[in-house]
Parts: sequence; C-alpha cells; structure tokens
Amino acid sequence: MRRAICIGLVVLLTAAARAAPDDLGELLHLLGTRRHGHADFVEQHFLALLSRPVESSGELLYDAPDRLEKHTLEPRPESLMLVGDVLSIRRGGGHRRVLDLKSHPQILPFVESIRATLAGDREALERTFRVEYAGDLERWTLLLVPRESQVAASVAQVRIDGSRENLRHVEIRLRDGDRSLMTLRDHPGP
Amino acid sequence: MSARRAGVIAAWLTCVALAALVVARARYVTDLSAFLPATPTPMQRLLVDQLREGPASRVILIALEDGDADMRARISVAMARRLRLDREFIRIENGEPVTADRDREFLFQHRYLLSETVTARRFSAAGLKGAIADTIAGLASSEGLMLKSLVPHDPTGEMLQIIDQMSRVARPVSQGGVWVSADGGRTLMVAQSAAPGSDTDAQELALEEIRRAFAAESGAAAPQSRQVRMSLSGPPVFAVAARAKIQRAAVRLSIASSALIVALLLVVYRSPLALTLGLLPVATGALTGIAAVALWFGAVHGLTLGFGITLIGESVDYSIYFFTQSADGALRSISPRSWRQRRWPIVRLGMLASVCGFASLLPSGFPGLAQLGAYSIGGLIAAAAVTRFVLPELLPGDFAIRDITPWGSRLERLLLPLRRLSQAALWGLALAIAGVAVLLLYQHRDALWNRELSSLSPISLSDQRYDAKLRGDLGQASALDLVVVSGPDLESVLRGAERASRALEPLIDEKVIGGFDSPAAYLPSLATQGARRASLPARSVLRDSLAQATAGLAIRGEQLAPFLDDVDAARSGALITPEDLRGTSLAAGFGALILRQQDRWNALLPLHAARADAPDIDLARVKQALGGDGSTDAQLLDLKSESDALYTSYLHEAIRLSLAGLAAIVALLWFTLRSPARAASVLAPLILAVLCVAAVLSACGRQLTILHLVGMLLIVAVGSNYALFFDAPGHEDGNGALTLASLSIANLSTVIGFGLLSFSGVPVLEDLGMTVAPGALLALLFAAVLTSRRAVGEPPGARQ
Repeated sequence: MRRAICIGLVVLLTAAARAAPDDLGELLHLLGTRRHGHADFVEQHFLALLSRPVESSGELLYDAPDRLEKHTLEPRPESLMLVGDVLSIRRGGGHRRVLDLKSHPQILPFVESIRATLAGDREALERTFRVEYAGDLERWTLLLVPRESQVAASVAQVRIDGSRENLRHVEIRLRDGDRSLMTLRDHPGP
Repeated sequence: MSARRAGVIAAWLTCVALAALVVARARYVTDLSAFLPATPTPMQRLLVDQLREGPASRVILIALEDGDADMRARISVAMARRLRLDREFIRIENGEPVTADRDREFLFQHRYLLSETVTARRFSAAGLKGAIADTIAGLASSEGLMLKSLVPHDPTGEMLQIIDQMSRVARPVSQGGVWVSADGGRTLMVAQSAAPGSDTDAQELALEEIRRAFAAESGAAAPQSRQVRMSLSGPPVFAVAARAKIQRAAVRLSIASSALIVALLLVVYRSPLALTLGLLPVATGALTGIAAVALWFGAVHGLTLGFGITLIGESVDYSIYFFTQSADGALRSISPRSWRQRRWPIVRLGMLASVCGFASLLPSGFPGLAQLGAYSIGGLIAAAAVTRFVLPELLPGDFAIRDITPWGSRLERLLLPLRRLSQAALWGLALAIAGVAVLLLYQHRDALWNRELSSLSPISLSDQRYDAKLRGDLGQASALDLVVVSGPDLESVLRGAERASRALEPLIDEKVIGGFDSPAAYLPSLATQGARRASLPARSVLRDSLAQATAGLAIRGEQLAPFLDDVDAARSGALITPEDLRGTSLAAGFGALILRQQDRWNALLPLHAARADAPDIDLARVKQALGGDGSTDAQLLDLKSESDALYTSYLHEAIRLSLAGLAAIVALLWFTLRSPARAASVLAPLILAVLCVAAVLSACGRQLTILHLVGMLLIVAVGSNYALFFDAPGHEDGNGALTLASLSIANLSTVIGFGLLSFSGVPVLEDLGMTVAPGALLALLFAAVLTSRRAVGEPPGARQ
C-alpha cells in the first residue's frame, strides 16, 4: 500500500515536472490566438442503458471570444448555440429554447469545457474545473475535473486532447460510468 | 328671537346634523366602479370583474435599469427573496428556478395524466417502438447525457412532451440567472398582489413594499448599485397614480377656487359676515348632496366627492342673488321680504330647471353619472331652501353690504350698442352664430365624439408605451385579448378550455397568434385525465408490448422495469385536483386563469401576439377559429374594444338622457312662463352658448366625451338662472343694473371655479372645466342681450 502511494507520488511529481504551469499557459495562449474554428464532429454516447453506442454527427463552429455553435445533422437535426451565458437549443423545426447557464449549472461542464479551451481562457477553465495538463504542445491532454459539487454529482471528468491549436477528442465521463466521446476533424474547404 | 326664527334655525340645524350623521357613516369607494355598468350583461360582468379583480388587474411589472447587469441581477434576487416572504404578494417571478424542483417532481409524478400524447395507440407495441426509437435518438443528442436518467422510468418521453407543452409560450430571456429585456438593458420581475386590483389601498401598500425592498437591497450593496434605478408599471401602478393625481388636483383646485371666490365675495360684499352667511347654502348643499348619494346608492364614489362640489357652484349664486338683490340701493339697507316676493320665484324656477337637467343623469347605467345627478339635485334643493328660509332669519338687523348698482350701470353701458340693435337684427345675428356653429359641428361630425374609454384615463401615453415595452420584454400577454369559456363548474370550463385550445393551436403555426395560456395546460379536465388513465394498458399487456417494441432497438429491455411499475401506479392512481397543485408554481399559473363569480366559472385563455413589435392580433381570424365549426363554447373578449363599446353605449345613453333633460326644461319653462315666446327667449341664449362651446372645442380638435356633455348640461342649468332673471318682470324699471351686476358676480365665481378645473391636468376635470367656464360666460352675454332685449322691447303694460 505504502509502495503504491510512493509510486503514485513519483508519477505525480514527474508529471508536474514534465508539464509545468507555464506549459499550460503556452498551450492556452496558442489556442487563444485562434479567432475562428470550424470542425466536423462525430459524437458517440456509451450508456449502460443501451446495448450499443448511439452516434450523432455534425459541425462545430467557434468565434472568439465566446460564441460556440454545435449543429447536429444526424440522426436528428438539432442546433445548439452558446453566446455568453445564454444557451439556445432548437430541435428539428421546433421552438427555440433559451437557457441561462447560471440557472442551469449542470450544463456547464458539457459546454464550458470546450469553449473555454478553444478560447484559451484559463480563468474560465479554472473557475469551473481543476485543470491538469499533460504531454507537450504537439500532443497534449487536458484533464478537467468539475469543482462545483452540483456539477460533480453527474460529471466525473472531461478529458480533451489535441495537437497544437487543434482539438482532437473530447471525452466526458459521468460518475455512473457512462461516457460520451466526440471526435473532431478540421472541416474541409473554406 | 322670534319663535318662528328659532323654529326655522332649529329645523335647519337638525337637518344638517342628520345629513352629517349619514355622511359620517357612509361607505366610500375609490375603485373603477364609477366607470362600470350597474346592470351588466354576463359578458360585461366578466369584463368588469376582469378589470377589478382579474389576474391582469394585479400584475405589477418591475424593471431595474442603469448600473451594471450583475449588480441588477443581485438586487433582483435579493428583492425577490424579501418579497416572497411578504403576504401582500401571491407570486414573485424574476426568472430564478425557485420552485423548479417541486414543479419537476409534480410533473414527473403525473406525467401520464398531463402529457397530451398519452393514448392507447402510443402504448401498443407499434406505438411504443416509435416512441422509444425517438427517445434513443434523443439520447444521441447533446442533451442525451442529461436525459438518460429519465429513460428507465419514461422511455416514451412523456416528461419531455410536458416540458414542450409548458414552454409553448415565449418566456423572457435570462441573464445572470434572472430575466432581462431582449437587449439586456433592463432586469425584469413580475409581482402579483394578493389583493384584487380594485382595492387601491392594498395596491398602494404593495407598491410601497416593493419600493422598500428595492431601497433596502440597493442601499445595502456596493455604492455603485445606487446607480440602479427601479421603474414600476402595470394596472395597480396606474390605479394608485391616477387616484393620487385626482386627489391632488381636487384638493389643490378646491383650495385655489375657494380662495379666489372668497376674495371675490369679500370685494363685493365688504362684509365678512355676509361672506360667512353666503357660504352656508353651499356647505349645507354639499353635505346634503353626499347624504343623498349615500342614502340612494349605499356607497359614495370618490369621483362624486372630488368634483360634485363644482357642480353645485350654482349654489354660491343663490346667496349672491340674495344679498346683492335684496340691497336697496337708495336706503343702503336690506329687505329680504321684497327679495322673497320678487326674486325668489325666479331663483326657484332656475333651480327647478337645473334639477330637471340633473335628473336626466339619474337613470344612467353609468353609476358615476347617476351619483353626480343625485348629488347635484340634493345639493341644489338644500342650498336654495337654506337661501330662502334660513338666511333671512340669520341676518342681523343692521346688516348692509355695498351697493353694486354702479357696476351694473357700467356693464349696461358696455352692452348698449348691442341692445340698441333692432329685434330682427339681433335674432338674425343669433341665428347666424348658431348657423356657423352647426356648420362647424357638421364638418367634424365623424370625429365629434370620442368613443374610447381611455379618453377618460388619467394615464399618460408615455406611461402606456413603457408598459407595453415591458410586457413585450416579458412575453406577457397584455391581457387585452382573452378567450373566455364560462360554465357552471370547474370541470365544464376546463373541458371548454381544452376544446378552445384545439381550435387555437393551428393559429400559432399560421402566425396569427404567438401562443396562449390555458388553465387546462396546468390542470386538464377530469374527463381528459380519465381518458388518458384509461388508455394505459395492464402490466402483463404492457410487458408483452414492450418486449415486442424493444426487439431490435439499441435499448436493453430489462432496464425498463421502472416504466412498468410507474404505469401500473398511474393506472390505479387518483386524478389531479386543484389542491394537488399547491406548493408548485403551477398553482399560481392555474389560479390566475380561473375566475369564479358566485355560481359561474370562467376559464381565461389570454392570447399572446405573434411578434412583440406587432402587438395587434387579427381577432377576426381568432373568432373564426373559435366559432367556425361550432365545436367550442368559447367567446373572444377583446378588453379594449369591449370597454370602448361599453363607454360608447354610455355616451349614447348620456346623449339621449341629456336631450330628455333638455325637453323637461323646455316643458317646465313653457308651463311656468305660460308663453312659448318667453320660453324660447329664455332657452335661445342657453342653446346658443352650448352650440358655440361645442363648435369651438371641435374646431380646436377636441373630441367630445361624456364629461363635455355633463358640462353642457351645466351650462343650461346655470345659464337658465341668468336668462330667467333677464326675463323677469320689473327688470326694466331701474333694477336692470342691479340684476346685471349680481349676475356678473355669480358668473365670475362660476368662471373662476371651472376655469381652474381646465388646468388640473386630469382629463375628466379638464373636459368639464373647458366646457363650463366659457359656456357660462357666453350664456350670460347672450341672455343679457337676447332675453333682456325682448323684455325691454315689450311695453311694460303687456305683462300684468
């Protein structure tokens, strides 16, 4: 047992040594220089309830500093738009629903993890999560653990990895073991 | 003191004491009821109850402006917390999800009774397959991770359906956890008072509480929060402001006009004693007038108190006539006996003419007008009686006032050029003036009368616009357009509301309306709930259908055991009653849309405009949708046009009644003067004065209202006194100057009183003032020329 702790400590220390806070700063600065982003995504949900994962796909758009749009095209059209603290959702041709993030903090980890990372907004990230950085600029991983207990009740962690200013995967793990995995690819064309 | 004098004074004091007793014990009301019908149709009754007690009448809109958004949000939350503890309010909403957990729990527990999609078909194998496939697609969506915990209990998605049903109506935008306007510049809150809108005192208290909460919360926070300003709007705010405005105007004007009239009388009489005595008829008249209203109607309206006194301004004239005309210029002493013989019959006839005029207001369906009529009749009779019987007994032996005959002579000289004209020329001139006036009125015939109730409203246009803006921000129905379903019990009106909802729903897609509220959205009728419950299959049947449905789907059937339990529980569970809503925010929503009147229930379905910037709804389309197939018993109640229609019917009634009053005056004069020619010469100047005033008001772009009409009645009432004096025999033998002087003083006091009203800033009082002040002046002028000319022109011997 003690041995395990020792090893854990060593691993942590070396991780800390490899990725000093300055490296996180460097990554976020790099991300922050990007004004626009346009990517295709495929998102898979792995749920205990389901016998096989369900998949959706569409496009993700980002405009600095705080506008994030997620347009799902398959299997059901849906669009999600986050501007400031206001999240609006439109499913199919239905009514637009408008939610305020402050009154719905449980949504926060799902959207703020991606947006704050894209914006390179360290303050916003650290307001919602404890942030751990690993790897280097070419191949980095951010591990985000929600701070607020209300949020942490359902979301265990968000893991984002990428290369330089490009995000590759966003994985959200829930406390009950269910998870979602979003894979991003730069949108072809203009 | 003679026995007769003692008897008269004792009788008078007894009457005054009795009247004072009645006045002291009377009930006083200050709500809108003076403007609402006494014997309404059911629809009018509903309109009145809506305006007085309906949910719309108690909604206060609160806007926080300036300062920064976070600061406003903090103040909004703190204010709401404080106000929610206050019993003055039944609802405080600022966008915070206060009761959200309880609401969600309630909706989830009763989802099989509340969801519109619960049918037998949906619970067949095929129906379940479709619904569950939809749910799985939902799980793939962005919200999937948040929705998944519902699925084992609710694989068919009834909870989401209910949330959809509830969010059909646009909600305000939230920012920082609280509601804000679309541009984010205002933080918004809605308060609903516990007291009905007609209880202006309680509303004033509620507004006071809101202001106190704001002062406390904005003062407690950081200094920069002092920049935040609060504005209030909504019917309670308007009612309180209107009352304050009318009260302020009534008090200020009463003081100002009393002071001016007292000054005038002091200058004329040069005797404080005469002044004091002269005010006795007015005071007695006012007291008697209120007592008469209290006895007749049971309650006295604030409006009656507010300007009833101006209507009996004529009673000041009585004492003016008494003092000035009793004075014998040569002897500088007073002879009440000769006044009683020569002048009292004229005053009495004038008073009766006025009473005929005011009596025409009594049958009005507009309680405000009927009360003014009763007040004036009681007041004028009492004032005349005091002048005739009491004043002479109160005069001390050496009583004397200044001789005013010289003023009269000077005025007579001014009128001389007109009086020198021949009879034919004079009447020709009068006819010409009348012709021009009629022509002007004819030109403005289409826009002559103002048919909107709001023409009497003391609420400024900018206040109304601000209110509309806040309502737009809040997505609040303006409550001006309502669909109403009435019935003998709650169940029947809820069923009616459901039928009406089905008729209205297509209009949302057609963009005729933006949405509507319905009590049945919170609490479906028992019939509907029962049908939904009956459509749920037995456990064994459902288990089999579910097994068939999930075969081939990505869902694990064994995970759905809670679904079987919940459906089973719903099958044997009780239906929802209004009591079950208690403790949720649904109770307030439901309560606001159900209006109970004794044995009659009403479901209210307020319509929302399709777009905030185009608030008018195509009501013809709504009517067509409701009545097209005869499947609904719903009626469209357009509050604005209904209340305008109500007002128009009052206006027509008032015009009819005024004409009847005029006919009564004509009959009275004809009968008393025993000569059509004399009656005509008395009436001609009055009618000419009314025509001129109406023509000038119209030409100046003023649309006439009920209050202008009352003003015209007053011109006839006051003017008939003038004309009768000029008509009277004996006028020609040297007393002409005295008559003219006394009438001009009486006239001056009337013009002062009503002239001041036209500067009050309160539309109803202004209308009255600007009609009577010039009208009375013209009536005197025309009577001095036309009536007295006829009297002078006739040889003295002709009338014996």
